[in-house]
Amino acid sequence: MMNRRAFNTLLGGTAAAVGSGLVTSAEAAVPKVAFVYLGPVGDFGWTYQHEVGRQEVVKHFGDKVSTSFIENVPESADAERVIAALAAKGNQLIFTTSFGYMNPTLKVATQKPKTFFEHCAGYKHADNLGTYNVRFYEGRYIQGVIAGKMSKTGVIGYIGSIPIPEVVMGMNATLLGMRSVNPNAKMKFVFINSWYDPGKEGDACKALLDQGCDIITQHTDSPAALQVCEQRGLKAFGEATDMIKFASKTQLTSPVNNWGPYYVKRVQALLDGTWKTDDIWGGLDADMLVMAPYRNMPDDVMALAKSTEADIKAGKILPFNGGMKDQSGAQKGTAGKSLDDGQLASMNWLVEGIEGKLPS
Amino acid sequence: MIVLLTNIMLSVIVTSTPLLLAATGELVVEKAGVLNLGVEGMMLVGAICGFAVALKTGSPTIGVLGGMIGGALFSLLFSVLALSFLAAQVPAGLVLTIFGSGLSALIGAAYVGISIERLPHLAIPGLSDIPIIGPILFGEDILVYISFVAVVGVSLVLRYTHVGLVLRAVGDSADAGHALGYDVIGIRYLATLFGGAMAGLAGAYMSLAYNTSWSENMTAGRGWIALALVVFSTWRPFWLIAGAYLFGSIMYMSFFLQGFGIAIPSQFVSALPYIATVVVLVIISSNKARIRMSAPACLGKPFHATS
Amino acid sequence: MLTIIVTGLLFLMFGKPLLQSLDVFLIQPLTNDNGLAELGVKAAPLILIGVGIALASRANIWNIGAEGQYIVGAICGGGLALAMPNTPALVLYPMMLVAGVLGGMAYGGIVALLRVQFNANEILTSLMLNYVAQLLLIYLVSGPWRDPKGFGFPQTAIFSPNAAAPVLVEGTRLHLGVVFALVVAVIGWLVLSHTILGFQLRVQGSAPRAARFAGFSDKKLVWLAMLVSGGLAGLAGLFEVSGPIGQLTTTISPGYGYTAIIVAFLGRLHPLGVVLAGLLLALSYLGGESAQIELALPSAVTGIFQGVLLFFLLACDALILYRIRGADVGRFAGLKARFVSPKVAPL
Repeated sequence: MMNRRAFNTLLGGTAAAVGSGLVTSAEAAVPKVAFVYLGPVGDFGWTYQHEVGRQEVVKHFGDKVSTSFIENVPESADAERVIAALAAKGNQLIFTTSFGYMNPTLKVATQKPKTFFEHCAGYKHADNLGTYNVRFYEGRYIQGVIAGKMSKTGVIGYIGSIPIPEVVMGMNATLLGMRSVNPNAKMKFVFINSWYDPGKEGDACKALLDQGCDIITQHTDSPAALQVCEQRGLKAFGEATDMIKFASKTQLTSPVNNWGPYYVKRVQALLDGTWKTDDIWGGLDADMLVMAPYRNMPDDVMALAKSTEADIKAGKILPFNGGMKDQSGAQKGTAGKSLDDGQLASMNWLVEGIEGKLPS
Repeated sequence: MIVLLTNIMLSVIVTSTPLLLAATGELVVEKAGVLNLGVEGMMLVGAICGFAVALKTGSPTIGVLGGMIGGALFSLLFSVLALSFLAAQVPAGLVLTIFGSGLSALIGAAYVGISIERLPHLAIPGLSDIPIIGPILFGEDILVYISFVAVVGVSLVLRYTHVGLVLRAVGDSADAGHALGYDVIGIRYLATLFGGAMAGLAGAYMSLAYNTSWSENMTAGRGWIALALVVFSTWRPFWLIAGAYLFGSIMYMSFFLQGFGIAIPSQFVSALPYIATVVVLVIISSNKARIRMSAPACLGKPFHATS
Repeated sequence: MLTIIVTGLLFLMFGKPLLQSLDVFLIQPLTNDNGLAELGVKAAPLILIGVGIALASRANIWNIGAEGQYIVGAICGGGLALAMPNTPALVLYPMMLVAGVLGGMAYGGIVALLRVQFNANEILTSLMLNYVAQLLLIYLVSGPWRDPKGFGFPQTAIFSPNAAAPVLVEGTRLHLGVVFALVVAVIGWLVLSHTILGFQLRVQGSAPRAARFAGFSDKKLVWLAMLVSGGLAGLAGLFEVSGPIGQLTTTISPGYGYTAIIVAFLGRLHPLGVVLAGLLLALSYLGGESAQIELALPSAVTGIFQGVLLFFLLACDALILYRIRGADVGRFAGLKARFVSPKVAPL
């Protein structure tokens, strides 16, 4: 498996000095930055967090940049038109915030070499197309540690969206975290084939609870599962944003996608004329991932969660420290050494202790 | 095991109730000879109205009423088009669905990210505490009971009352109904209004009990399933219960089986209810005598008094 | 006109200057770079499907299943593109076109079969089959057809250049499908107005009893309507995945099959009207995006615009007909039945 960097170089070539020649004649006024969103800004999950990031850009730069966004853009033929329209309207930096925009973004980037693009969660690059994403699995490891301490049955339920490496990574990290405090911990999971469907998420949550899971975590965007757990008096984790107001007695913590600082940095680079393509995968240490306040847990568990968070930040805990076994019992990676980014980005196996098979 | 069964039952009830509510309403609409494909849109409007009212008044119960009224008022749009203006019912229903999802999203924008108290469960001391039967029979929220009452009520009214007779007459032969001096359009208006109120109720159930928050497009196709259910039941109210619970169980079970690690691609399980509907439809439709007995003969045909 | 007024009011409600808003919503999308080409690209699937639905609706056949037929067409044609990427374009692409049409026809044919053989209502069967097709697509692209180099994301490999819909104007996305849409609309119009077949369709729609007396075969028309509308929907799906999308993903249709029903009625079930209606709805999407960029309006405005548009259209039709009825009932009775209220076949 090619690792992520090698892959980039292959696709992107060298990131030569593209930064110059950006400001064109009369357009010199205020640089325009645009965001393309998959969901409504009101989804209170994935898109909402990107919108929070955009607002931070607005707050930070004030009149120095002008931003706009388009919401509810389907990952169909429409995406390319929207992205191209934004480029045509003189936006100099365009963030496309969903995996499905990868090929459309690449196509437009090829046609508009003077415009810069940043695509979230993809793997294709060009001189004027960079990618960025968050190391979500770091937060999930912490969740696993908390779950390991809090769960009585030792079985966590995981509501997954679709079985891509991103999600598989999160499942594995959660169980590894859990097993670090409870070696017998297990996980059951359900894929709902959607990132956002409150009805299905609630149903999936109930199905998992009914099968003996007593703590729930999710890689889907609505707070439905938290609400189900709140009704049943059980604990759960939020997703993407702090969902505490949906379930004040239930949410233990939530990994918060913190795009703001990253967006500010990249827009600054645009203003400075130093923007160049990159492949950013930031986690807790880069502040791209923040944990919502730890709540609804005993002090010792909270202390452990905090120390785990600090250790991951400092690189003392590597969630995918090699030496783990997959479901068949085969050794994965080498002990004491973290899996590399390429191995992570193509992860398609589950660690021992997760029940159920990945759909092939 | 007992706990597991109880929990499964409770979960299935929650999954099935909105289907049953909406389908009961649509059944009455169709019995009056009107095909309103806008159930999904009315549910969404009901969901947001119910949620908004519940939030403003602090009472989920009043919210339920709000959802009903919202759904009913919204259905008027269909009635004006299809009954007064004699537009074709299929596109008029589609207008309702498309318009409803846009409108609810617009109203709902202010309500995203807010959570409210769930519609309360009934708690009858003693009865609700009996294992298994207690929580299932005596510990539901009010809408679950309403869904059953509505089915029984609709069944009795249709079969034994004058109102029911007139309604069926209008659905089976609008011209005959008109000749007998009944106000065909007026009756169809009322039926559609009832259907709207029930769809609104189903929507309110989505935002006040199924989930306890509003989110765009939260009904996710359940309105369409309700439409299928009416056919599935061959327009017989009691069969709606069987159908709704069958659909609800399948929806829920597709997740349950996954959790057990059963390796059927989940898409196949998800497709089952739809395939089942087609199969049932084929079975009931191929028996012409049977379908003639229960299907309203004038379904979908506009009526205009020519004299 | 009324729609524009109401939409204008909506803009005012959001505190936006009226004229500027209308300019942004309706004019700007066309004057942009490639605006017209993009309009064509967006309208093409709507027109292709819409013409099919219009023809079927003329005969009282309600095909709500175009969404599913579109998907199956895309699957069949796309499957071919994946299976033989190295076949020369001149051979491969026509084969894909045929596969797309056949796929859509076959899927529409199921509905026809169930209706003809078992009397099953086509509205409901075709609607149910939409869900089945969507799930089949998700299964294929996240399972057997998944791009092996795609890091597990649910999409197929990008089609080879041999399987790409020919682009007509360099630098735009204007592809062959746009021309096909126009040609199909013209053919549809000719068939409807100048052939016996068209006559049969119209009679069946406006006076089914008369059609029966005339000896027209009800069954044949059901088959015909479903195969034609299904085939066109399949063709639309094939063009969309081989043109602007270039691969199969889980989201190849943003509801074209449903929107096309609106297009068909907006176009008064007339193939040439469908072209105008398709362009108008396409414009409303483009305008909705433009309004989001320039005016920061929510995307729900697009849906509301479309709802209002169709509402007024249906309502105006009725009002106009009332007036005509007063003047000359006999002459226009058939017209009314045809345009305003094709009857739903008994369930």
